[in-house]
Amino acid sequence: MAEIRFAGYGGQGIIRSGIIAGMAASIYDNKHATMSQSFGPEARGGACSSQLVVSDTKVLYPYITDADVLVAMSQAGYDKFEPELSERKGVLLYDEDLVKPKASRGKIKAYAIPAQRFAEQLGRKIVANVVMLGFFTAVTKIVTYEAMQKALPESVPEKAVELNMKAFERGYQHGLEVTKK
Amino acid sequence: MKADPKGVLTGTHELTGNEACAEGAFAAGCRFLGLYPIVPSVEISERYLERAPEIGATFIQMEDEVSALAAVLGASWTGKRSMTVTSGSGLSLMMEHLGLGIMLETPCVIVDVQSMGPGLGLPTRASQGDVMQARWGSHGDYEVIALAPSSPQEMFDYTIKAFNFSERYRIPAVVLSDAYIARLKEKVVIPAANKIELEPRRYYNGAPGTYLPYKRDKDYVPRMVDIGKGYRFHVTGLTHDDRGYPIMFEECQEYNVHPLMWKIRKYVDDIVEFQESQIDDADVVVVAYGVTARAAHSAVEKARAAGVKAGVLKLTTVWPFPEKRIATLAKKAKAFVVPEMNFGQIVSEVERCSYGEANVFFVAHGDTGIEDPENILSAIQEASRTQKVQSGVVEYRGA
Repeated sequence: MAEIRFAGYGGQGIIRSGIIAGMAASIYDNKHATMSQSFGPEARGGACSSQLVVSDTKVLYPYITDADVLVAMSQAGYDKFEPELSERKGVLLYDEDLVKPKASRGKIKAYAIPAQRFAEQLGRKIVANVVMLGFFTAVTKIVTYEAMQKALPESVPEKAVELNMKAFERGYQHGLEVTKK
Repeated sequence: MKADPKGVLTGTHELTGNEACAEGAFAAGCRFLGLYPIVPSVEISERYLERAPEIGATFIQMEDEVSALAAVLGASWTGKRSMTVTSGSGLSLMMEHLGLGIMLETPCVIVDVQSMGPGLGLPTRASQGDVMQARWGSHGDYEVIALAPSSPQEMFDYTIKAFNFSERYRIPAVVLSDAYIARLKEKVVIPAANKIELEPRRYYNGAPGTYLPYKRDKDYVPRMVDIGKGYRFHVTGLTHDDRGYPIMFEECQEYNVHPLMWKIRKYVDDIVEFQESQIDDADVVVVAYGVTARAAHSAVEKARAAGVKAGVLKLTTVWPFPEKRIATLAKKAKAFVVPEMNFGQIVSEVERCSYGEANVFFVAHGDTGIEDPENILSAIQEASRTQKVQSGVVEYRGA
């Protein structure tokens, strides 16, 4: 079982990231997954997060108790949710241009990616979350590459599929490089 | 009767509880939604409105919750399976017409996505504060049927169950969801239409002119007709006779109202439904419903790992309450642990039905977070250590 928190601010696609990864795990990897979300009253700019629990068996408790993964795309999101990351097994993924992490705690492993910068290079800042999803897929291996390849096109507007697939690939490749080191 | 394929989105989906509820309603043949929008039930209406044109369903947004349920009762009498969706303070406003629906014996479904009260409270946050209101909120004597889903899949399944109960017993049936289940996204498997069994409406088949709207059949349930099909027809919320005319004498009160209880109480064993896990050798039985049942299952797994014999009784129907089962378990188990996202509602039912045979520990939860399995686990451990049968409920406040 893996407990994952995606954190950032409204408009970054934080909740969408949870939905896509959850769909990949539950529909295409045929596992069990639950996704829940919380956000402030603001549609844009406010703190927001989604929780994903992925399991081979039925998910009993669908909320985070001892997080395996924190995906942080804002400093506020990192500050708020870093304490729930498991000291024994936690994995931190963060956008290195948006988050300045504190000194590492316990056995937590941290992996950085300039997700937003990559997205800007691809032409649209808005796909930063998908770059991050690619990175997440490669580093954590909680969801398979194949399942994400199926879930992604279903979750974005048709005209944006190509861009999103590129964004995913960019993040995925970066993840493979980072974990090779 | 099988479901109409038109309303059944057969397949495997990732849906929130709210979305699954709308799909459950369509699958159950619901073709009318009377609503007044209120968070956190709004996405049910949104999904319904989005899909209604292709399915051939209709909806109306009324000026408030009082009239939303009134519209639903009216639509039901035209032969449409009908529902309304609301939350917290909206359910309070519907109490007048819940009573009317009971008195008119009108099949319909009320989905209540519970949020925090009293008053307007914290309207976007989850609670289980409406359980007693669903049972006793309207004045006078009556019985209700209420179901508590704990996943999007159950949101789908129980919405269909609610429609089936409402048609079978001719009463408004309540789905008691909460803001957590409403927003939780999970896999929902929607079967083929011919695999979904629906309770047909119990129609009167005699000649026009012979119809009596409140003449009871052997099962205490009167038969219905659709308004406008040529039958003479009269219904009233006043105490009435078989013709549906107001007769305000005490004999008629007994004649009219007593069967409202009997038509449910006689069939309690057919209605009551629960799911048990690891109950056979359990010293401690956690009684839970809705989203809290998930925390309960998680706590019981941990308790078992720590060597405590614990099990879960998860309520499918909160009302009618499984009185007999609790009484039987009270004789076998040492204690019940009842976690609720409120300050004590179903726990008093558990205590009442255990007749002092088992300790009852209550895990109260009144803040905006979900119940933590660790709190339930601590209560289970405390319960397994406590020997003496205590009178009353022990409120367990965690470590």
